Amino acid sequence: MNMLTNTDFTLSIEDLTVSFDGFKAVDNLNFYLDKNELHVVIGPNGAGKTTVLDLICGKTKATSGSIKFLNHELTGLSEHAIVRAGVGRKFQTPSIYENLTVLENLEVSYPYGRGVFGSLMFKRNEKVLNKINEIAKEIMLDHALDTEAGLLSHGQKQWLEIGMLLIQDPQLLMLDEPVAGMSVKEREQTAELLNKISQGRSVLVIEHDMEFVARIAHKVTVLHQGKILATGDMETVQNDPKVIEVYLGH
Amino acid sequence: MSFVYEKLMGGKKGLIGFIILAALILVIFPLFLDSFRLNLVGKYLTYAFAAVSLVLLWGYGGILSLGQGIFFGLGGYAMAMFLKLEASSPENTAIQSTPGIPDFMDWNQITELPWFWEPFTSFTFTVLAVLIIPAAFAYLIGAAMFKRRVGGVYFAIITQVIAVILTVLIVGQQGLTGGINGITDLRTLNGWDITSDSAKNIFYFVNCILLLAVILASRVILTSKFGRILLAVRDKEDRVRFSGYDVANFKIFVFCFAAMISAIGGAMFTLQVGFMSPSFVGIVPSIEMVIFAAVGGRMSLIGAVYGTLLINFGKTTFSESFPEMWLFLIGGLFIAVVMLFPNGLAGLWDDYGHHITHKLRFITKGVSKLIPQSMLRKVEDTRS
Repeated sequence: MNMLTNTDFTLSIEDLTVSFDGFKAVDNLNFYLDKNELHVVIGPNGAGKTTVLDLICGKTKATSGSIKFLNHELTGLSEHAIVRAGVGRKFQTPSIYENLTVLENLEVSYPYGRGVFGSLMFKRNEKVLNKINEIAKEIMLDHALDTEAGLLSHGQKQWLEIGMLLIQDPQLLMLDEPVAGMSVKEREQTAELLNKISQGRSVLVIEHDMEFVARIAHKVTVLHQGKILATGDMETVQNDPKVIEVYLGH
Repeated sequence: MSFVYEKLMGGKKGLIGFIILAALILVIFPLFLDSFRLNLVGKYLTYAFAAVSLVLLWGYGGILSLGQGIFFGLGGYAMAMFLKLEASSPENTAIQSTPGIPDFMDWNQITELPWFWEPFTSFTFTVLAVLIIPAAFAYLIGAAMFKRRVGGVYFAIITQVIAVILTVLIVGQQGLTGGINGITDLRTLNGWDITSDSAKNIFYFVNCILLLAVILASRVILTSKFGRILLAVRDKEDRVRFSGYDVANFKIFVFCFAAMISAIGGAMFTLQVGFMSPSFVGIVPSIEMVIFAAVGGRMSLIGAVYGTLLINFGKTTFSESFPEMWLFLIGGLFIAVVMLFPNGLAGLWDDYGHHITHKLRFITKGVSKLIPQSMLRKVEDTRS
């Protein structure tokens, strides 16, 4: 029976609904994400974008519906189990450990020694350091490994959090407004970074900056009042009359 | 030169602090204090176990427990029960209507040793009980709270309530626990008189060595990945959870470990002071323990020991001359430390300590210049 609903999608969300005291923040949502796909979700404030990410990563529990990741049901799993299944999530405001160094931030995120005793026995060996160096280079922080993370610039903090996800090598990477508060140059570098890391995994991004969206998105979905308004490539979506009405109409 | 400097001030800084503390409590105090004062310091140092446990729990884990007295008390009571049973041999208690049971039971018309007292006739069981019962109790509290994500102020209040409940229970069940007076009149440990000066001296050293061992064990934990996860949980709990960790398990572990440490302190208290009572279990001692850690520096294992010593010396000195003022004074000190020096004594030392060491070096250099070289040589000659 289960076999019938299995798909090739990395992520398939079906009939997903969550209601807070009767208000449906996400309403009967159907959404599919392919491997190697970089999909951007846009929409006006209160459209339910962040709630969708919360539902996928287990922060919010769904009222009904199904979220399947590589054909495993995620609804009902605890947060850490979802992460261990291969889903990484970056928060809207950079969420890093300010009192630890960049190296320690990456080390804490390294996907071994995640149990109490595993973490007590964990050794910072060459394999770990190599991985940390590799990721640090990718997020352009290899020169700042011993810097306390609280001293980084806002943009660097965003990159560090992305790096903390990358070190876990997730199959699905979810980024909530990754370029918020970044300079023009940092945006360019981030676009490059996202294009690179979307190879071999699926990336789901929430973003407001249309110029940035146009640069990175393979596919765009517009969310409005918890429902999908339009899906397609950037040009199709931008020319969709319903989308224009939502963004400019009221 | 820079290599030595780095090693002394950086990498070896922790080691130096540890050696100084060890020298102070193992050599200097025993050399300069009489037996009575040394026993008093020994008593203070048992509180230091609880203060050290709060550095782990509160300083690093961000979990404020206002109930470390619970575990201090459980450890202390377990030891006291063993000693009391030994002191209540049928020969010693022949005048009671039921000989062979603790005196307070007899006064409360209890005629049979309660079942939960039975195993405390074994010293091995008692030692295990000191370590395991508080940890198991902490596990129950921790699992109930942390799995449900109760934290912060709510956790602090709940631990405080449990401390009150335990006190009320002990006081109310006079026949089983000795009530408000506690368990008193403890005399021997496996036939060895624990009230003698020599026994007290030995307990003092055992206590010091256990305390230093506990500090080292805590350091091992804090320098592992576990320690960094603990800090990470304190600062950004959600990020840790969404990095694939079951955060509750980490909190439960550190809470249990802290409970075990506090309980060792409690057991050593009973051995050195010779009794245990509910006044070391409730709210006041639990909050005092937090103050010790705060004054010493809640991020410093060694600072916690100095904080404990300082406050207790102060308490003994001031409460003799101004008994009513003392509580206000300690309250004021606590507020001042939290507001002005959030990192306590250890923080002050980190900020200003190098001025002092620099001056000391300057002075010793100056003094050595004042003394003619020939004299120095003479001193060396007479020595050899």
